[in-house]
Amino acid sequence: MDLLWQPLLLSIQLAGVTTIILVVVATPIAWWLSQADSSWKPLVQTTVALPIVLPPTVLGFYLLVVLGPAGALGGWWVKLTGSALTFSFTGLVIASCIYSLPFAVQPLTAAFESLGKQKLEAAWTLGASRMDAFFSVAVPLSIRGYLGAVVLSFAHTLGEFGVVLMVGGNIPGETRVVSIAIYDQVESLNYAAAHQLSALLLVVAFIALFAMFFVNRRWQR
Amino acid sequence: MSPGATIQLRYKLQRENFALDIDTELPMHGITAVFGPSGAGKTTLLRCIAGLEDAATGHLVVAGDTWEDSSAGASRSVHERNIGYVFQEPRLFDHLSVRANIEYGQRRRNHSNGTGIDQVIALLGLQQLLARSPSELSGGEAQRVAIARALLCSPRFVLMDEPLASLDQGRRDEILPFLDRLHVESRVPIIYVSHNIDEVCRLCDQLVVIDAGRVVAEGELQDVLVSTAVAGLGGDQAGSVIQGRADSYDAEDDLTRLTFSGGSFWVPGKAGASGAALRIRIRANDVSLCRVKPEQSTILNVVPAVIDKMPFADSASVLVRLLLGSERIVARVTQRSVRELDLKPGDEVFAQIKSVTVRATS
Repeated sequence: MDLLWQPLLLSIQLAGVTTIILVVVATPIAWWLSQADSSWKPLVQTTVALPIVLPPTVLGFYLLVVLGPAGALGGWWVKLTGSALTFSFTGLVIASCIYSLPFAVQPLTAAFESLGKQKLEAAWTLGASRMDAFFSVAVPLSIRGYLGAVVLSFAHTLGEFGVVLMVGGNIPGETRVVSIAIYDQVESLNYAAAHQLSALLLVVAFIALFAMFFVNRRWQR
Repeated sequence: MSPGATIQLRYKLQRENFALDIDTELPMHGITAVFGPSGAGKTTLLRCIAGLEDAATGHLVVAGDTWEDSSAGASRSVHERNIGYVFQEPRLFDHLSVRANIEYGQRRRNHSNGTGIDQVIALLGLQQLLARSPSELSGGEAQRVAIARALLCSPRFVLMDEPLASLDQGRRDEILPFLDRLHVESRVPIIYVSHNIDEVCRLCDQLVVIDAGRVVAEGELQDVLVSTAVAGLGGDQAGSVIQGRADSYDAEDDLTRLTFSGGSFWVPGKAGASGAALRIRIRANDVSLCRVKPEQSTILNVVPAVIDKMPFADSASVLVRLLLGSERIVARVTQRSVRELDLKPGDEVFAQIKSVTVRATS
C-alpha cells in the first residue's frame, strides 16, 4: 500500500509547498514585469521563461551543480545545516520552484497587465498607499490570475520528472515522487502498479485543471 | 474653511504635441468650472493637482499648506493629498459591494469633515443600492456611487473630471439633480471639469476657461460668460447667466414672474417659492433685438436694453452684449441685421427673449 500512497502523498506535498512559495515569489516579479518599462525587462522575461523550453535534464544538471555540496548554494547549506541539499526534499522544493516559476509568473503578469492603472489611481486618491492599494485592489481584482498560477504551478510540479531524477534521485519518502515511482515500476516490469499510479496522477491532474476552468467560468459571469 | 481660502497652482508639463502652462488661483468654495474644448488640458490639470502626473513640475498650495514644490523637490504623494477624485468612468472596485466601495476612502482617512455617510447616501439616493455589486449597477448609478465614494474620504476639495461625459442624455438628466443638491447642501468645494457649457451654467459659481494648455479667462461665472474673450466658446450653446428671484405665480396661465435688477421675466411653470434666489440662464440664440418695442408678439419677455459691446465672434452671426439694468446678457444676431438696423454700442433697444432656463440656488 505504501508503494502506492507514499509517492502520491510526497508528490502532493512537494507540489503544495512549491505552489505556496511560488505565489509569494512570483507576485513581485509579475508585478514588476507588468509595470516596468525598464531595458532589463526582456532579460528578466527570458530568464523566467527559460524553464519552459529547456530540457528538464539541462535544468536538473545545472541545479545539481549549484545545489550539490561543492556548489555555491549547496556548500553554504551544508555549512548551515550539516546536510546536503541534493537528494533531499528541501532540494527538490528549490528545484521545483525554479522549474515551475514561469507557470506562476505568466498568469499573474497577464492578470496585472489587464488590470490597468485606472482602479489603482482611484484607490490612491481615496487615501490608499501604493502597498495598500496593491493588496486591497490589485490582488483581489487579479484573483483569476492567482487561480491560474496556483493550479498550473501545482499541476506542473506534480508532473515533473527529469529535474527530480537529476536533483533528488529516488529515495522512498524523501524524493521518490509519483513520476519517479512509475518509472521505477515500469523498469521492473511491474505494469499493474505503474497503471495504478498513472491513473491516480491522471485523475488528480484532471480534477485540478477542471476545477480551475470551472471556477474561471463562474467568475466570468 | 475660511471663505478666502484658495488653491494656488502653477504647473508646467511638456508633451510631444501639447504643452500645459497654468498659473492660477482657484477659490475653495462653491463649484468652480474648468471649461475648454477637448484636448485643452483640463484633465491633465486635474491630474497634476491630484499628483497623478509624475512628469509635471510646479507648485501647489492648498489653503496655506504646500502640497507640491518641484523647485524644492517636495511633493506629497497621491494618497497624502486630501482630495476626492471623480473620474470620467466610475472606476468602482468590482470585488467590493457598493457599501464597501463608498467606505473604502472613509476607512483610510478617518478624520471627519462632518460629511456623514448616511447624509451622503441620502444625498445621492443610494439607499437601495448598498448591498449590490458594482456589476449590477447602471452607468448613472455607478457614477453616483463614485461621487459618494469621493465625498466620503474627507476631502479638502473634490476634483470632478467630466463625470457625466461617459453617460447618455437620459443618464445625465438622472444625475444632474443630485449634483444640484450637492451644490446647495454640501460645503465641500468642487473643481468641475467640463466641455459642456449647459452643465457649467447650471452647476458652477466660478469659471476658469482653458485653451491649448493655458488659462484664457477666469472669474465669477456671470462675468466670464459675457467677457469678449470667451463668449463664443460655447458655440450654439453660448449664452449668459443672471441672478434673479421668484416673484409671483400666476396659477391661471401656469407662469412664474421672475424679477432681476433690469426688469422681469415670465417663465412657464412654478419656478420656486416667492422670494427664492434663482439662476436664470439665457442662450444667445434665444435673444433677438428690436429697435422699437414689439407689439402683438407671442414672445412674453421683452425688456429694454442698452447695447454694451459689439460685435464679436464668428462668421455670419455676431454676438452682442447687452446691459439689462446692471446685468449683462449676450445675444446672437446676424451680420446683416446689424447692418440693416445700424446697431452700435450705446444704442437703446428691446431684447426679446424666447426662452430661459431657471434653477433654484437656495
